[in-house]
Amino acid sequence: MTDEVQGIYHDKLVIRLIQFSVVWAVVAMTVGVYLAAELIWPTIDFGQFWLSFGRLRPLHTNGIIFGFGVSALMATGFYSVQRTSHVSLFAPRLAWFCCYAWQLIVFLGGLSLLAGWTSTKEYAELEWPFDIAITIVWVCFGIVFFGTIATRKIKPIYISNWFYGALIIVISMLHIVNNLAIPVSIGKSYSFYAGAQDAVVQWWYGHNAVGFLLTGGFLGMMYYFLPKIAGRPIWSYRLSIVAFWAFTYSYIWAGPHHLHFSAIPEWVQSLAMGMSLILLAPSWASMINGIMTVSTAWEKLRTDPALKFIVLSLAFYGLATFEGPMMAIRSVNIVSHFTDWTIGHVHSGALGWNAMVTYGTFYFMVPRLVGAPLYSVKMADLHFWMALAGTMLYVVSMWAAGVSQGLLWLSVDEFGELSFSFTDIMASMAPYYGLRLVAGLIFLTGTVLMALNLFMTMKGRQAVEVKVTPVDPAYGVA
Amino acid sequence: MSGMSLHKKFEENTGLLIFGILFVSSIGGLVQILPILNQKSLETPAANTRVYDAVELTGRDIYIREGCHVCHSQQIRPLIAEIERYGPYSRAGEFVYDRPFLWGSKRTGPDLHRVGGKFSDQWHRLHLINPRDVIEKSIMPAYPWLADRDASQAGNITGKLKALRILGHPYTDKDIESADARLVGLKEIDALIIYLQMLGTGFSEEES
Repeated sequence: MTDEVQGIYHDKLVIRLIQFSVVWAVVAMTVGVYLAAELIWPTIDFGQFWLSFGRLRPLHTNGIIFGFGVSALMATGFYSVQRTSHVSLFAPRLAWFCCYAWQLIVFLGGLSLLAGWTSTKEYAELEWPFDIAITIVWVCFGIVFFGTIATRKIKPIYISNWFYGALIIVISMLHIVNNLAIPVSIGKSYSFYAGAQDAVVQWWYGHNAVGFLLTGGFLGMMYYFLPKIAGRPIWSYRLSIVAFWAFTYSYIWAGPHHLHFSAIPEWVQSLAMGMSLILLAPSWASMINGIMTVSTAWEKLRTDPALKFIVLSLAFYGLATFEGPMMAIRSVNIVSHFTDWTIGHVHSGALGWNAMVTYGTFYFMVPRLVGAPLYSVKMADLHFWMALAGTMLYVVSMWAAGVSQGLLWLSVDEFGELSFSFTDIMASMAPYYGLRLVAGLIFLTGTVLMALNLFMTMKGRQAVEVKVTPVDPAYGVA
Repeated sequence: MSGMSLHKKFEENTGLLIFGILFVSSIGGLVQILPILNQKSLETPAANTRVYDAVELTGRDIYIREGCHVCHSQQIRPLIAEIERYGPYSRAGEFVYDRPFLWGSKRTGPDLHRVGGKFSDQWHRLHLINPRDVIEKSIMPAYPWLADRDASQAGNITGKLKALRILGHPYTDKDIESADARLVGLKEIDALIIYLQMLGTGFSEEES
């Protein structure tokens, strides 16, 4: 905490958060690979309750979203908000508190999941003591972030900050409402809502945690770092404004498409389907804006692994945000729901978009933060191809598995009898699950390469002290 | 461009930006969630639906602890193949005492909403201790520890019933007082099987 000198960006904190983020990526992806193996060899939990699939899977998802994802969002958010506001971080001690308190929540929360403490609500599995702790840290995150914006030296608030801002605000709203519960003991509580109502509240949360954290938060990352790395201004500032408000307005409606043909009222399902289709427009607006920004800097793709990762991430972002609305159409959802297609969809987003945009950003930031070139550009190039191969193989194998499951489950013969038993369909998934395991291993190996590469780049080096850049008086705060 | 100049205000004012985000993002939730939370038919139990008794609730919480909902749904869709495979489709009234709901999002294993009565207790016992003893190709994990642990150790059942009563579940004082005694002598696996055997029985064909 010695970097509290006036006029210097607080970058030590950023480095620490990047380190935590990379550690969580490796840990949570390793858990994911292990889970993929358990679906092929179910006895490799060795009769240990804490290795059991049902307890390990939420550890995988929470580790990725809250460990890897949120640490990366805090790191990139703190880095970019200082630079776009031309001021050092507001309340830096509070920011350090956010950093460490958050890691403690992820670590202890992970252990609590293995102990069987779970609310069952997807991406909100952590029990009430953690929910309270998350709320406190999240409010502190908001104070630091919006405090920095409020004390900025330049008039306009740059677009990336709106997305980070929406992440902080909307996630707090969703988190508090969805987790309301009556505690029974330290690791058990009962939801305020029951049955169909609980389902609607949960998927309002669950869908928008994906929306405002994994989509919106990471769009903030894209809007700051892509123009920086490409060395071009954002293609259309006006388009980014329209996309932002349309995204913030329409995403929130789409949650009940997770509950098609369930016991919730049909009007909610239809409304969610309609809004999901509309959502395609603002989602793609940001993708087009990003791609057009790079359009005069394509030659940099040949030399800069950071830019390669981010441009590829936009392609997967486009794929996932197209696939999502398609799966929200009720007649498509009949086939896709409850199958591995959903798992494939999530991973085209999580591996292809979230992980890759973060990897690109980290390859860009770390050398600048420590003032040294990347340890090995070759290794980063290799990582790029492994990430692409891993993601493609993952997504394709899960498409095949998911579409087969969906169609085989629904198949009836001419007498109206089921054509296949559940067990036979499940057993026929083994080859796809095998491919998925290989895909996960490739992606994980690439991530480990990056961890090594970044470690060697940072090794023995300190954060460079970067002075706050002065503002052109024409745009300065009066 | 008056639209742009209005937007300039949001772009240059932190408070307005926060307010704008909060306002715009709340609309969808208010339109969808509030009517659902006030819809009485979603809170009205189906004809045969009753609260979980002390043993069933303990079994349900073991189901939750082990993450059974991660691979098994409890939501039968009104599609011919699903009704054929699993039974009558799920009605909202059957879930009014489900805190949390356990509809799930993935069927690595089959739906369990109407698994009650389909298999014998003994089948479930063998299946939970080692699934491959009864279904050769199964990829379900084994749960041997359930047979060793006492159901009474699975959580404070009296406290649970009291908490649920606060939330409106009609438990009587007698239900709560006798809760501990009902778990005596039962292993966790017994409570879980009793829960599985009552799943989906809260519905009768006549009412629809």
